[in-house]
Amino acid sequence: MACFLVPMTEAIVTTVVQKVVENKEKNTEVKHTETTGLTWSRKLGWLNKLLWGGTILLAFEHLWHGEIVPWPPFLTAMENPADVAPMLHEIATIGVSMAVLVTIVWGIIVIIADAKAKGLTEIKETATKGVK
Amino acid sequence: MWLILTALAAIVTTIIWYVKAPDDKYKVGLLSWIFWGATLMWLADHVVAYLMEGGEFFEINLDATLLAISVIILALLVWVIMLLISDPKGVFKRVFKM
Repeated sequence: MACFLVPMTEAIVTTVVQKVVENKEKNTEVKHTETTGLTWSRKLGWLNKLLWGGTILLAFEHLWHGEIVPWPPFLTAMENPADVAPMLHEIATIGVSMAVLVTIVWGIIVIIADAKAKGLTEIKETATKGVK
Repeated sequence: MWLILTALAAIVTTIIWYVKAPDDKYKVGLLSWIFWGATLMWLADHVVAYLMEGGEFFEINLDATLLAISVIILALLVWVIMLLISDPKGVFKRVFKM
């Protein structure tokens, strides 16, 4: 009914957070974190792409099924008071599950990427020491 | 059906991205993120709905297939728009100079 509103809200928040972090990194001239080689703005960028990509395609699916319309109140469930409670239930269950799953998968990707980048940094450092 | 085809699109675009990586001139990585985001969200949707309501896990019919194709077209459209805006080959710069 309107489950994609939860990941969309998360996407709005993470986009703002990413912009703030990006500006901070530019101001402090942080090209990359010393330990991993990956900036937080880049990692948050991955989450934004996952969330916005999913939100756009899910919004289209809802439009296809007639659950959202391009005119107010936009959500067809809002037109009938009896549909409001099921809609809120769906947002609380399916919508939250979507946002949580995407965030967990993103967290796993970040952990793996950090581990890989850290491994590469250590190899480079060992190689540099070996040359010296 | 849209979950299956979107997951397939996500896997295919990830393979294409990996073959060309680290070069991502044409932003295939972006397309891959879009498909993975939708795949994960629909997976959560299908699992939670199946656990709560039961019924068929996958909806396989003509309408669902048409929706799946439309979803893939929309994702490709978003990707093409982003690609043209960023113009990695500088085509527009050269065209407008002429």
